[in-house]
Amino acid sequence: MTIHEIVSLVQGKILSGKIGKEEGVEYCFASDLMSDVLTVCRSDFMLITGLSNVQSIRTAEMSDLKYVLLVRGKTPPQEMVDLAEDSGIVLIVSPFSMFKASGILYGAGLKGVF
Amino acid sequence: MDLSFNIQGGDFTSAGTASSQVRRTLKELGVDASVIKRVVVALYEAEVNIVAHAYKGEIVAQISPERVFLKLTDEGPGIPDIEKAMTPGYSTASQEVREMGFGAGMGLPNICKNADVFNLHSVPNKGTTVEITIQIS
Repeated sequence: MTIHEIVSLVQGKILSGKIGKEEGVEYCFASDLMSDVLTVCRSDFMLITGLSNVQSIRTAEMSDLKYVLLVRGKTPPQEMVDLAEDSGIVLIVSPFSMFKASGILYGAGLKGVF
Repeated sequence: MDLSFNIQGGDFTSAGTASSQVRRTLKELGVDASVIKRVVVALYEAEVNIVAHAYKGEIVAQISPERVFLKLTDEGPGIPDIEKAMTPGYSTASQEVREMGFGAGMGLPNICKNADVFNLHSVPNKGTTVEITIQIS
């Protein structure tokens, strides 16, 4: 699924990073616990989280992830957006809850990492 | 190549800066992406542990063509029961740490999982030393 399709499905907005027209992901992992994210061996997934601080971006960086979807209508602090930009991470915000965003994306074909 | 960093306890805004610099260095050296991920995930967990639990600490990263050796030394409360601390899900993290997305009790087990060699030495009321070795080749 392309990032643009994902953004449209979750009524999201891209706050940082550059994406190609056909760029996309196949897998997702949803968590507010960063240590749980760090246990996932693969790197080809989008992180869905409600954790609105720099550590979610740091975690994405260490996990070698490119996409973070911040849910629950949070406004990320500027330092979080700046760090995402510096790290080449695409930060998307959505007004939906984690359950709703995950459900919509799963229903549209995105897969869980396990 | 040796890199060293001073870590301040409680400074969550900077937590991960050292791990990020080590990651950048390993990338520049052309190290395999799966090895880099193991190194930085282990290091990041250990770095966050210093920020979350200790007063201050130091990280030394020694990078050679064969391996990455990481030594993290902190001054802090130490770990009274290492066996318990190694149990997945067990955590003594404060509410503040949990609000930062950590304290799930997965840190030490995750470091252990990613390391080829993992040593943990702790003296209660004094501090903790963590040594992590990950083979490159």
